[in-house]
Amino acid sequence: MAIDITQFRQVFFEESLEGLDTMESSLLHLDEDASDSEVINTIFRAAHSIKGGSATFGFQELTSFTHVMENLLDEMRAGRRQVTPPAVALLLQAVDCLRGMMLALQDNSAVDQPRVDDLYAQLEALWHAAPDESAPAPAPTVPEAPEASPQGHPRGWHITFQPHLAMLRSGNDPVRMFRELTDMGTLTTRVDMRQLPPLTELDPENCYLAWELTLESVVDERQVRDVFAWVEDECGLTLTPLHAAPVPDTVPVTATPTPAATPPAPTAQAEAAQAAAPERRVNGERRQQAAGADTSSIRVSIDKIDALINTVGELVITQAMLGQLRDGFDVRDLDKLRDGLDQLERNTRELQESVMRIRMLPMSFAFNRFPRLVHDLSQQLGKKAQLTISGEQTELDKTVMEKIGDPLVHLVRNALDHGIEPPAVRLAANKPEAGQIHLHAYHQGGAIVIEVSEDGAGLHTAKIRQKGIERGLISADAELTESEIHDLIFQAGFSTADVISEISGRGVGMDVVRRNIKDLGGTIEVTSSQGHGTTFTIRLPLTLAILEGQLVRVGQDTYIVPLVSISESLQIDPPAMHVVAGQTPLYKLREDYIPIVRLCDLFHLPHDAATSVDSLLVVVEGDGHKLGVVVDELLGQQQVVIKSLETNFKRIEGVSGATILGDGTVALILDISGLMHLAQQHTGLVRRPRRLAPVQQAA
Amino acid sequence: MDTTQTLDVDATSVASDAKQYLTFLLDEAEYGVDILRVQEIKGWDTVTPLPNAPEYVRGVMNLRGTIVPIIDLRQRFALEGVAYGATTVVVVLKTVHEQGSRVMGIIVDAVSDVHNITDAEMRSPPECSGAVSTEFVKGLATVSDKMIIVVDIDRLLNAGELAVTA
Repeated sequence: MAIDITQFRQVFFEESLEGLDTMESSLLHLDEDASDSEVINTIFRAAHSIKGGSATFGFQELTSFTHVMENLLDEMRAGRRQVTPPAVALLLQAVDCLRGMMLALQDNSAVDQPRVDDLYAQLEALWHAAPDESAPAPAPTVPEAPEASPQGHPRGWHITFQPHLAMLRSGNDPVRMFRELTDMGTLTTRVDMRQLPPLTELDPENCYLAWELTLESVVDERQVRDVFAWVEDECGLTLTPLHAAPVPDTVPVTATPTPAATPPAPTAQAEAAQAAAPERRVNGERRQQAAGADTSSIRVSIDKIDALINTVGELVITQAMLGQLRDGFDVRDLDKLRDGLDQLERNTRELQESVMRIRMLPMSFAFNRFPRLVHDLSQQLGKKAQLTISGEQTELDKTVMEKIGDPLVHLVRNALDHGIEPPAVRLAANKPEAGQIHLHAYHQGGAIVIEVSEDGAGLHTAKIRQKGIERGLISADAELTESEIHDLIFQAGFSTADVISEISGRGVGMDVVRRNIKDLGGTIEVTSSQGHGTTFTIRLPLTLAILEGQLVRVGQDTYIVPLVSISESLQIDPPAMHVVAGQTPLYKLREDYIPIVRLCDLFHLPHDAATSVDSLLVVVEGDGHKLGVVVDELLGQQQVVIKSLETNFKRIEGVSGATILGDGTVALILDISGLMHLAQQHTGLVRRPRRLAPVQQAA
Repeated sequence: MDTTQTLDVDATSVASDAKQYLTFLLDEAEYGVDILRVQEIKGWDTVTPLPNAPEYVRGVMNLRGTIVPIIDLRQRFALEGVAYGATTVVVVLKTVHEQGSRVMGIIVDAVSDVHNITDAEMRSPPECSGAVSTEFVKGLATVSDKMIIVVDIDRLLNAGELAVTA
């Protein structure tokens, strides 16, 4: 039976891209802790599966490219090659290149061939450079590659071959390999039988033997390794070149280190520069990847699917029960019918929740790109920074996740560029040399909160104020609180970076960030303390599609107040109402006065005295302020599906969307911060309680 | 259910260069819109009023799960308002603007007929035409001695306060 394997190509691409992500994050980890063999193993395994997969699908370029990477990694894994920053940088570039190749294959576009060839050559060169020489001196061995003349080759190889117990079961026979080695030159073998158990305990299918082989032949390491290619993950294999040092050879050998010792510094710098240079290109690729992800699939954990199947099962049972009731219905069955309908309601709600959960992804999807970003950027900027991530398991709707990516990138870039000071400045300020950038996500109420904080210089209040006056955003004599000044950075065309760099400083940015977040129905706030750092707090709704709402009646219309923004609802006590001439009426709520508004006034809708009794006050909170909304009746709480008004109309201040109620009519969903804005315009003044000074951050 | 009906017009009977127009009545005059833009014709139903919207935007209606704004054409054209009666209908139209398309409903006194009108039969409107600003009129056509005012709905329903970027 012929199987059309092209149908699995998409799966291969997805898995391989995931594998590349794993490799990338592990490589970055390797950067910090070079001795961790488990990390190298992870990278190796990822490269190995990509190689295997691409060979299956016939992507020759991918196979050969990953093969070289794999060879390098294998040597690192076996401890025969030291993990050096230039090698890691090269591997990172190779990962980017592979990603590019894969995306190109995926949309059948052209591969950046010169780049592939260039990297391939670099990898080859690094690999061909004798691994054992790079071990004692972590010098990049690239310069030696051109000397790969016959004299440069070892005279032979000493091979330690230790098959795993189960190797024979996969059909691999050492004899065949040894025969192949014999074809290359003179082979001396020595069997190591120390592992051989007594005959009574011996399992004839296991391989207990190990061999010490000496191959005298001028072949390169790759040829020898190719012999063992089939069993490389089923045995311990070490290759040591034999240097039978004949007299004329000693001179170049001792001479080599001298010319090779000088290039490392410039090479390392060049590598670092190269690692930084593709930054833009990397971003381009990322964007492509993100764009591609829109149409592709999402991975859903199996327990979510199971929950869904369970709920559907219950729904079917409920439906069967109701169906039974229908046949020969009697008034006495009314209770049963009611129960059944209750059950149906519960099932429907659960089903809805399960389906919504499928769209939820852990924040790590958005956070994963940052280790690389911080790594590359800090090199480019000559700063030292450590990134810590917490709460990456917090789940967020896929649509929100996709849209929050770019604003987050912007914030992290800003944190590095503007926030974290250069090492020298940090040391002078008695701070550790490396700056800390912290990404933190957590749930609060029906919202997700994402914090981007850094322990850098903090916002320069005076400078921002100066800039704000220059740009005409505030008048020179305006009295502003610190947080109001900090708020200015979200204005369009605002940047305090002294030098306009490639990364930031062109004044496009924070306003766009705020707008993007606002479009998602979220808010962004900044708290900063000079000299101690800055924290950006993003608050987003968990999902764009569903909202937990309180239905209220105002006159003849029904409105929906998002439940998260309601702080309390109370019966109006007329003596507590205070009307100050020409201003918003105030309501004395315990020790505080809060402004109150009537929706019909704010919305300029006809006031229907017959149905309005002004009996209840819903106190809502948004942007740190409180507002009382006068309503006639509280109708109940329910989850509502948000429909956009913008699709067929336009944005309306004070309304975030609409929903369709059970009877088919449309109800508007109130946007609390928009409402406050309207209230301000309406009366020209809404009391703004001074906010507390920003919390001092622990240094 | 309400009086929703889908239009089923035999397109094959149309002359090749003629377009079909659905005509409706508004204060005695007959207006026409491109029939391909008409999504459906609905009976008048209560709408949910929108905050701070111009008076001629009566509110929004639920059209099978989509929120559709409803515009009173009499008010839009500054005609005298009348009580909605048995023939009052909402014509749901698709309008096209630079960034995409929108679905909107217009309230008219009654639907009238479907006419074939070729571009050659269409006369450009005179500069002074009273209630309806000429910028919203695509042309005038005469069909069996009646004048039909062909409305440019894309302009009409995306202008002024209805503009997308407003």
